[in-house]
Amino acid sequence: MRQLHLLFLTLLLCSIGLGLAVYKVNTLGLPLTASKQTEVWNVEARISFKAKPDSGVKVSLPLPLNTSGYTILNEDFVGANYGLATEQDEGGRVALWAKRRAQGKQLLFYRAVIFENDEKVADSSKIPSYPTVPDYPEHFLPVIQGLLDKSRQQSADTISFAQQVIQQLNATAPAPELKLLIEHINTSKNLAKEISWILAGARIPARIIQGLRLHDGKRYSELETWVQVHDGKQWRTLNTKDGQEGLPANFVIWQIGDQKTFSVEGGTEISLQFSVAKALRELVDVAESRAILKGSRIMEFSLYSLPVQTQNVYKVLLMIPLGAFVVVLMRNLIGIKTFGTFMPVLIALAFRETELAWGLGLFCLIVGLGLLLRAYVEQLKLLLIPRLASVLTMVVLLMVGTSVVMHKLGLEMGLSVALFPMVIMTMTIERMSLAWEEVGPVEAFKQGAGSLLVATIGYLVMNIDELQHLLFVFPELLLVVLAATILFGRYSGYRLTELWRFRALAKR
Amino acid sequence: MFLTWLNLRHAGVIGMNRRNADFILRYNERSLYPLVDDKLRTKQLAIAAGIAVPQLYGVIEIEHDIANIPNIVRDYKDFVIKPAHGSGGNGIAVIIGRINERFQYNNGSLLTEEELEYHISNILSGMYSLGGQPDQALIEYRVKFDPLFESVSYRGVPDIRTIVFRGIPVASMVRLPTRLSDGKANLHQGAVGAGIDLNSGMTTRAVWQNRPIDIHPDTGSVISGLAIPHWNKLLTLAAQCYELVGLGYLGVDVVLDHELGPLVLELNARPGLSIQIANGKGMEKRLEYIDHLNKIPEKAQDRAALAQSLFKAEN
Repeated sequence: MRQLHLLFLTLLLCSIGLGLAVYKVNTLGLPLTASKQTEVWNVEARISFKAKPDSGVKVSLPLPLNTSGYTILNEDFVGANYGLATEQDEGGRVALWAKRRAQGKQLLFYRAVIFENDEKVADSSKIPSYPTVPDYPEHFLPVIQGLLDKSRQQSADTISFAQQVIQQLNATAPAPELKLLIEHINTSKNLAKEISWILAGARIPARIIQGLRLHDGKRYSELETWVQVHDGKQWRTLNTKDGQEGLPANFVIWQIGDQKTFSVEGGTEISLQFSVAKALRELVDVAESRAILKGSRIMEFSLYSLPVQTQNVYKVLLMIPLGAFVVVLMRNLIGIKTFGTFMPVLIALAFRETELAWGLGLFCLIVGLGLLLRAYVEQLKLLLIPRLASVLTMVVLLMVGTSVVMHKLGLEMGLSVALFPMVIMTMTIERMSLAWEEVGPVEAFKQGAGSLLVATIGYLVMNIDELQHLLFVFPELLLVVLAATILFGRYSGYRLTELWRFRALAKR
Repeated sequence: MFLTWLNLRHAGVIGMNRRNADFILRYNERSLYPLVDDKLRTKQLAIAAGIAVPQLYGVIEIEHDIANIPNIVRDYKDFVIKPAHGSGGNGIAVIIGRINERFQYNNGSLLTEEELEYHISNILSGMYSLGGQPDQALIEYRVKFDPLFESVSYRGVPDIRTIVFRGIPVASMVRLPTRLSDGKANLHQGAVGAGIDLNSGMTTRAVWQNRPIDIHPDTGSVISGLAIPHWNKLLTLAAQCYELVGLGYLGVDVVLDHELGPLVLELNARPGLSIQIANGKGMEKRLEYIDHLNKIPEKAQDRAALAQSLFKAEN
């Protein structure tokens, strides 16, 4: 019954711990290994213009949207002394900069960090209604009618119809009757808009989209324009030059539709430039930003939400259970004797700062000298607490002395002796000298060596960077450590050293 | 290594983890520990229950009372000072007599009164107690051990350790001090452990430093085949201690005084496992048998008899 309870508990702990970790890896994309970086794109829109004297300035810039395949991790707006507002409605998102008075050349920036992901965002836009046939000017009406009729005959469905229209408009040798229409289109410089205007004549819903190709180091003076045609189920993207379907790779959609436009009021010599640059960012940062965008609460309560200093403290603290687990293994499975239960863990923590070889050396030095002084204090027949206090004082003095001497010798690692837990050192000295008197120097050294061995192993385990990263990003894994510890709490088999202790009984 | 493991399992040897998990944690209620950890309370309980213990001469509880020592021991030539919360025989001073105003220690050395007071002061400050808590010092009758043991112990007091499980004695050994153990009776400190047949009360075999031996390393006398005097009385006494403190898994240390017979020296809530080595036999079978017993006899005498009949067949 109790065994079953135990099993159930450990399974529960493991599944919570591992489940949370798996969720964080799969859904939030947190990295399992340390310092993994991922590519992000820094996209910048740069607006420059000359302010007209004695007039207010108003700038409006359409902003990119979170679209399928890309996530905007963060964005910022730069404009000295400009009032800033962003607006969002069905027609899209726009940034509005405004200033009552401006002089000379003005610069405004919009920067976004865009992360490429594999997720498909469902198109939330409603199925559009069929557009009404526009009132074409009289001289175009028969031409457009003819174009649509011809395309209809040569196509099977909405998409191929639209492709036919696009191809005929772009033909190298266009039909003579289309010449006038093509000239008209060329003057408007907005092919996509004209295409949707013509397609409306066949009552086909069409819209234009604008965006950027993400190529490292590229600059663009304007956004690329594509036309999208609704086939009754979804929007399908067509190239305005040849009617080819589909967006190119690395294309991020900036704006859908053309209700929002870039405009500058109260400025001359206006220019808008886009630039794209590739950058690397820590995967953890990216995952964190994404989780916040997704509205996931988990990252909000992660250790990353703490101040950096506190984070560093927890990086160390989270390793202590692992060290304690090492002690459990060493004592209950191997059967190594140590001074004090968790003294080796604390020594191992100190080793993290001093490095192993130095740590071991300094520890032996301090404890050895401490034992000598303790033997002297023994002659004075002091009571326990004053004796402990005087040994503690001596330990501190020894540490100071060691630091100073090491520093003079130019051995900077010697300074780290200050990080040893002195109370633990004092207790180690006291216990070791008691063990020395009571059960002899052999046993005292055995336990001392056991303590150092466990501390060393604990240090080696606690110092594995990968483990440190895992526990910090996925602190829930401590539940798994807890489960393992609980399981060992019911381990009733032999300790390794007992095989030796009882060897006489095994022979029979 | 795995073979050793299997052999030990086969021999029914109990390991430390098993002892803690299956016996101590299950049968020894934490709240009862102070009864055995505090030797003064054990002694008071035992006296109230009519169980024979070495006579208590006095207790020193605070530093100030140390000055009172000469008054306490004035009438006694020899005595023992021990910490109430000591363990493993640490902090016990056996005074066997007085020479020129000095106290003679059982290892022959002489202590001045000042040194004796310092020792007591150390006891009071918790030097020998678990966790270093302030302690008390007991001053009590020094056991004149039975002449039987004269030839097989080197100084110190040999004692008989019995493991009592649910009130039924499970295994017994006599612990004989050696030169190596400095008069102490702990096996890991170098004392000789000799197994005792529960039914007959005869020593069977002896172990010293984890090796089987036949003769005492210091005295040269044969250890096995000694008949422990008052054996039945001793076994009943051990079984009685179960009612005294209520611990299911208990170690009872008894000394044999040549005038007073068996006296309970101390009880242990976490008795060691070396007794298996001394007896050359694992305790698992016996413990599991008793673990599955539905009914335990009420009278200590019956439980001792039950143990004798139960484990007779085993040999």
